[in-house]
Amino acid sequence: MTENALLQAQGIEKSFFGVKVLDGVDFSLRGGEIHALLGENGAGKSTLVKILTGAYRRDAGVMRLAGREVEPRSVAEAQDLGIGTVYQEVNLLDNLTVAENVYLGRQPRRAGLVDRRRMRADARDLLARYGVKADPDETLAHYPVAVRQIIAIARAVDLSGKVLFLDEPTASLDAREVQALFDVLRQLRAQGLGIVIITHFLDQVYQIADRVTVLRNGRMVGSRALSDLPRRDLVAMMLGRELAEVTAHRDPGAVLSDSPAAFSFKDYGKRGAIAPFDLDIRAGEVVGIAGLLGSGRTETARLLFGIDRPDSGEARVDGATVTLHSPQDAIARGFGMCPEERKSDGIIGDLSVRQNILLALQASRGWSRPIARREADALAERYIKALDIRPPDPNRPIKFLSGGNQQKVILARWLATDPRLLILDEPTRGIDIGAHAEIITLIEKLREDGMALVVISSEIEELVTFSTRVIVLSDRHHVRELRGAEITAEAIVEAMAVPGDAA
Amino acid sequence: MTRLRQLYPQLLALGVVLLLIGLISPGFFSVTVQNGRLYGSLIDVGVRVAPVALLAVGMTLVIATKGIDLSVGAVMAITGAIAATLVADGHPVPVVLLVALSLGLVCGLWNGVLVAFLDIQPIIATLILMVAGRGIAQLITGGVILTFNDPAFSFLGSGAVMGVPTPILIWLAMGLVVGLLVRRTALGLLIEAVGINRRASMLVGVRARFLILATYAISGLCAAMAGMIVTADIHGADANNAGLWLELDAILAVVIGGTSLAGGRFSITASLIGALIIQSLNTGILISGWPPEFNLIVKAVVIVAILTLQSPAVAEELGVLRDLLRRKGAKP
Repeated sequence: MTENALLQAQGIEKSFFGVKVLDGVDFSLRGGEIHALLGENGAGKSTLVKILTGAYRRDAGVMRLAGREVEPRSVAEAQDLGIGTVYQEVNLLDNLTVAENVYLGRQPRRAGLVDRRRMRADARDLLARYGVKADPDETLAHYPVAVRQIIAIARAVDLSGKVLFLDEPTASLDAREVQALFDVLRQLRAQGLGIVIITHFLDQVYQIADRVTVLRNGRMVGSRALSDLPRRDLVAMMLGRELAEVTAHRDPGAVLSDSPAAFSFKDYGKRGAIAPFDLDIRAGEVVGIAGLLGSGRTETARLLFGIDRPDSGEARVDGATVTLHSPQDAIARGFGMCPEERKSDGIIGDLSVRQNILLALQASRGWSRPIARREADALAERYIKALDIRPPDPNRPIKFLSGGNQQKVILARWLATDPRLLILDEPTRGIDIGAHAEIITLIEKLREDGMALVVISSEIEELVTFSTRVIVLSDRHHVRELRGAEITAEAIVEAMAVPGDAA
Repeated sequence: MTRLRQLYPQLLALGVVLLLIGLISPGFFSVTVQNGRLYGSLIDVGVRVAPVALLAVGMTLVIATKGIDLSVGAVMAITGAIAATLVADGHPVPVVLLVALSLGLVCGLWNGVLVAFLDIQPIIATLILMVAGRGIAQLITGGVILTFNDPAFSFLGSGAVMGVPTPILIWLAMGLVVGLLVRRTALGLLIEAVGINRRASMLVGVRARFLILATYAISGLCAAMAGMIVTADIHGADANNAGLWLELDAILAVVIGGTSLAGGRFSITASLIGALIIQSLNTGILISGWPPEFNLIVKAVVIVAILTLQSPAVAEELGVLRDLLRRKGAKP
């Protein structure tokens, strides 16, 4: 197969600051195929694409285009070789006209001046081939994202003509626009172009792609034809679980399914983010939330915590209807949340560990009732000890702590408010193994103490270990609820592979 | 409030500047008592710094939230104009104070609403009032320089209590009141949190919009106070020139004080020292007998020097140097 490969890469390696992000990755793309590149966050997809399109230099490995060894040193060089890229945020200029965008940097000239008439005519002809009737003289900002995307593709194909990379092209398109885009891609495939598409939407992968390559932790897991790859196996490839072997220790306590739910969400949803769902959370249980990236996990958490406003359904706390339109509303009801993006949404970098711990409590008390220094010291000391935060220095700015210790400080921040419901979004991502185990132990202990927890995680074994129930999300729908003995890694993965609209 | 050790760089800079001026004009440090009132160049620095010091108090809080308030000079002109008008019409001083301060508060709230609730960038939001404010002030004075003769009101600018000139007392009091307000309550901490990471602060329930609004309101109040001192001092209101460019001196004072324009940690005391450094330079150059053209250039050179010493890049170099010296000292 390798002999008829259009673009082939072998043994690609790349390190940043001594950390290997790509380790011996092979990739092979044929002409006339649409090839999906998949992997969870941090798998190395974008690094691989940047190397293949000339944005980064590889540390090791060989790259061949139509059998000839190539070494693009910049995006422009890659374009000259025939490799074009369209990024997630369309890389065009909104304030220029359509024609200018298509021919930017290579405008047709006559007697040294830009030949605008020819440029307009060429642009119109070119776009017509893609079924886009855009006025070449209109500024780009005038057109919706979907049209801009196709204009970007037209420009990239016109420039390069052999290989096209598309990074999350459908992220901001609606269903109809996605179909229009796919029509264009099929047309290009028929012309013999090799197309690589990066996306998180498995539905779309099965709709458009011929083959798929899966990366995980910087290594290649495999490259398979989609026609003989069941969805379930693809998910397993992405998560990298040897499912049969998982026999995690599991002791999530008794399921008190008949006691009334303290927190109850009915028909709760937000268009474009997460389809309406029902969710009951009882005191003393951990509700695990599983799903691939983009399945609506974080969107669910944001809705529960009042960061986003729902456009359907109602929320009840202890049976009484409540409005959760801001984090303050949620906090007033005894909610707390550790966000997924610790650096940008969690820590207040320049403030000390002590100040970070007392911030949520202080915010709920209001500015006019300061927490006295002695109380603050006691609070900081207690949680530094209880959660083993290191170094145990309450005056150190939190930005100098390791990821695991920052996460503990953020947990301490909420525990200090004595919450009734704690929502944890990927509490163990990007932290070292020691802290990882401590946080899991803490989750179990909080549950035993009678707190209600919602934990989002992409670590399936972890969910199996501590969840009383697991809700599985797929394509922005809550597709399945697993309880008690039903909770196994295999069952979760099985449910994750169900298309969302089939539920 | 702020630990003394954290003020070392600013105190050191102030000391060096005062020392240099003392070398050039030996009479600088002499303070005498005439008619029961303190006199001398040093006292003059304390009096002249009042407007910038007052502006710097409010500006510190605004900058701590990652904002900036360019309108303070214009707010001085507006409140000065209204105060002069009321005084000239014979209204008693308490009424004048109340009206002018309320007007300053309204100006601050206007800025705060634009920034906090409409999410307009602070530099643009406050530029609006910076430009329009002088027009408003001119409308109030009717386009002329309005003068008055009212000893009670003039006391704010040229009076003295127990020998200490009133402007000194006013800026010290304002610094103390606002300093206590933010540090004895949780305002200071919450303002710093919003300035460092607004998203994360809002996610823990900090009412960022309210806090930002409050800082602009305080800045408006400080500007109103500054406007009245200037008006009382010159016995009149000049809508075109009152507080002109003072917003820039106030920003400079805050930056010399070590509060980053990127928001976050702040110290009102350090900003006040920053204002004193700027005013010492102004007064020093004036009494040195050098041609006034030098004033701005010398000021710029000294400020560049201070900021260079404070820059993180230089601090890092100095740290490396210190480590080297220490290692050398340890070896033999």
